[in-house]
Amino acid sequence: MFRLKLIPDNSSFPFLNLFKFGFVFSAILIALSVGSFLYQGLNLGIDFKGGILIEAKSKQGSADVQRLRAELGEMSFGEVSIQLFGAEDEVLIRIQKQEGDEQAQVQVIKEVNALISDGYTVRRTEFVGPTIGAELTQKGILAVVSALAAIMIYIWFRFEWQYSIAAILALSHDVISTIGFFSLTSFEFNLATIAAILTIAGYSINDTVVVFDRIRENFRRYKSWEQNDIINKSLNETLSRTVMTSVTTALALIAIMVFGGPVLRDFAAAMLWGVLIGTYSSIFIAAGVLTYVALNRSGDDTADIPKPEFEE
Amino acid sequence: MLQFEAWKRLVILIVCLAGLLAALPNVVSVPFYPGKSVNLGLDLRGGSHLLLRTDINAVVTERLSDIAEGIRISFREEKVRFKSLTSDENSVSFSLRDEGDASIRDTVLSEFDDDFVVGTQAGTTIIAFSDSGFLELQSRTVEQAIEIIRRRLDPDGTKEPVIQRQGVDRILVQVPGIDDPERVKALLGRTARLTFQLVDMRITGAEAKSSGRVPPGSVLLESASNDGQSYVVEKRVMVSGDMLETASAGFDQNNSPAINFSLNSIGAKKFATVTGSNIGRPFAIILDNEVVSAPTIRAQIFANGQITGDFSIQESNDLALVLRAGALPAPLTVLEERSIGPGLGADSIAAGQIAAIVGIILVIFYIVLSYGIYGAMASAGLLVNLMLILGALSLIQATLTLPGIAGIVLTMGMAVDSNVLIFERIREELRRGRGVRDAIKAGYSRAISTIMDANLTTLIASILLYIFGSGPVRGFSVTLGIGIITSLFTAILFTRFLIVLWINAKKPKTLVI
Repeated sequence: MFRLKLIPDNSSFPFLNLFKFGFVFSAILIALSVGSFLYQGLNLGIDFKGGILIEAKSKQGSADVQRLRAELGEMSFGEVSIQLFGAEDEVLIRIQKQEGDEQAQVQVIKEVNALISDGYTVRRTEFVGPTIGAELTQKGILAVVSALAAIMIYIWFRFEWQYSIAAILALSHDVISTIGFFSLTSFEFNLATIAAILTIAGYSINDTVVVFDRIRENFRRYKSWEQNDIINKSLNETLSRTVMTSVTTALALIAIMVFGGPVLRDFAAAMLWGVLIGTYSSIFIAAGVLTYVALNRSGDDTADIPKPEFEE
Repeated sequence: MLQFEAWKRLVILIVCLAGLLAALPNVVSVPFYPGKSVNLGLDLRGGSHLLLRTDINAVVTERLSDIAEGIRISFREEKVRFKSLTSDENSVSFSLRDEGDASIRDTVLSEFDDDFVVGTQAGTTIIAFSDSGFLELQSRTVEQAIEIIRRRLDPDGTKEPVIQRQGVDRILVQVPGIDDPERVKALLGRTARLTFQLVDMRITGAEAKSSGRVPPGSVLLESASNDGQSYVVEKRVMVSGDMLETASAGFDQNNSPAINFSLNSIGAKKFATVTGSNIGRPFAIILDNEVVSAPTIRAQIFANGQITGDFSIQESNDLALVLRAGALPAPLTVLEERSIGPGLGADSIAAGQIAAIVGIILVIFYIVLSYGIYGAMASAGLLVNLMLILGALSLIQATLTLPGIAGIVLTMGMAVDSNVLIFERIREELRRGRGVRDAIKAGYSRAISTIMDANLTTLIASILLYIFGSGPVRGFSVTLGIGIITSLFTAILFTRFLIVLWINAKKPKTLVI
């Protein structure tokens, strides 16, 4: 009977030899991310920096971006960006936060609406005032940090502190490189991005836990083995599952990216990146780090794992 | 024979049935069926989301100014001489010219209760709101504002807008299915305080403007229509908007849009007195400190009147509506706005549905290719999972947003993970030489601890998303969280049950999974 198997049954990749390449790769990735973040920063959406976003659809024919740019440019709203959004007849207009209080911003929305209402239908208006922008930034940072902390505590609880450290290194690696991804690609960084980052964290830790579970189990099974051999074997044993799950999740994300409309496109692209990097980091960072620390062999042997119903 | 306890079968049956019943209203509409369909977020059905702040400082300043006027009148009546009676946004202050009047002052001040802090130092008296008085005023202002907003946005009580207090001085307004978000802001944009005040005849608006001097007891106001005119009107309010009985849009004798109003009995009595004794004088109609018009009183007017001005039909309709609803206790500022037109919402739903269908087909295709008939069973679990998510969302009336749909599609991808873990485990057990039944049993029992760990961590992430997220992000976290729980059910119970049924029926000697 035919079975699609991307990974052979008894795979034996020499992960131990690959770890050093992984570390180099990750070091470059992190350096690039941090560098890009410091050098060109993030393309912050209005959620965080405040401002106005208007999505409009041309009533007839395709949208004339050049003309809109010229017309809105004359209005002295400061920085205005206009781009096609999803289709030839749809535009996204972004206007920077205006001087003055919230009333000044609302006034601008009115003026833009009046200006474009002849040729365009306004489909979406978003405005985030400076107060809210600052609050959302604070909340976003808090969300990411507390998620990382909660996950770390959970892993600490279920495994041992060495695993917890390795997991949090892998997670931070994923979060930093995802932020780097947004910085390098200039994708808009908004509230949905925070959701994407947290989901990537959830996905990545999910993957890491599966690998850790197997390592811990194999410590009990192969009492005489070297620690590194056990780690290598565990990675190979779980590899088929790792690839399988990554592919199914990626398939779902590709569907969102292609068919889910322009609003979800960047979101899905970021998640797709996250699935790749999360899968990579479970093997090369989380398990890789474990090869450098001495793991407790007996440890919390029996307490939290149900006894198998079968004897060997 | 693989065992599957009766109670587990019962649980499966009940959960699936409940999910089916709860999800049903989303697919077909059944008459008299009590269930509700999924509550679509504003980004999917279109509508306006506004976060407003009530300007408490404006209210405080105004109240303090009223208090200062009250003190001025009391002192005049008692013939107390005072100086530098002023009010600002924090306090009212004054001092007496003659300390001999201290006892009268104390009588006047004794009327201020716990809501105020009153103190006299070095001859200067200061009156300010106490902390509790300020909080009380704040609460009352926000509550009144909510009530007025509701009356303005939903006069017929049919639109189901969400109007909630948020934090200390904020109000969240969500109006579904509105075509023109600017109109919502127009309705909330004005305080709509209507007053009738006599025009001060001693000086014209232009003179007062050029000289910068306004007679005491009067105030200089601009015209509401941008004609650059200004008026000097007496500060004393003769009749105000809270004495309105009704207001409706109509037309004046020139067929321009106007607002017809009638006053309640108190208002009518005052109106008649004032108009009766001031025939020939202009009477200013003032809306939010701007003079709408200042017609000359030609005869005594009783309960009914008309406000003419420079209105469009839409404006006169809206103005009549806000006058009926009453004045806002404080000006509102828009802190955040997200408005989605109905067309975009429909497009998003369509795109989301296509993405979900394509995503599920791709995933099913891939797992069937990988695990054959067992993959098909996992796929059945996937579909049940989808039904359960839909059912749960309908049942708890959570809001489904566009990111929420993404959450569902993502869950589809991740839900397979539990089955993959189990199947891979069974494969391993088979390679170790176990028999069919043993391998299945061992596969399940060994995979479960991993599955729990993996899903609990994702659940943690989704709970934190819910706590810290706002708006659409919350919708995402809700579907993700529900999806994790339902996928645990389908992987551990539902799909397993299918496999047990299959194995028990077919009794295969060897297992190819």
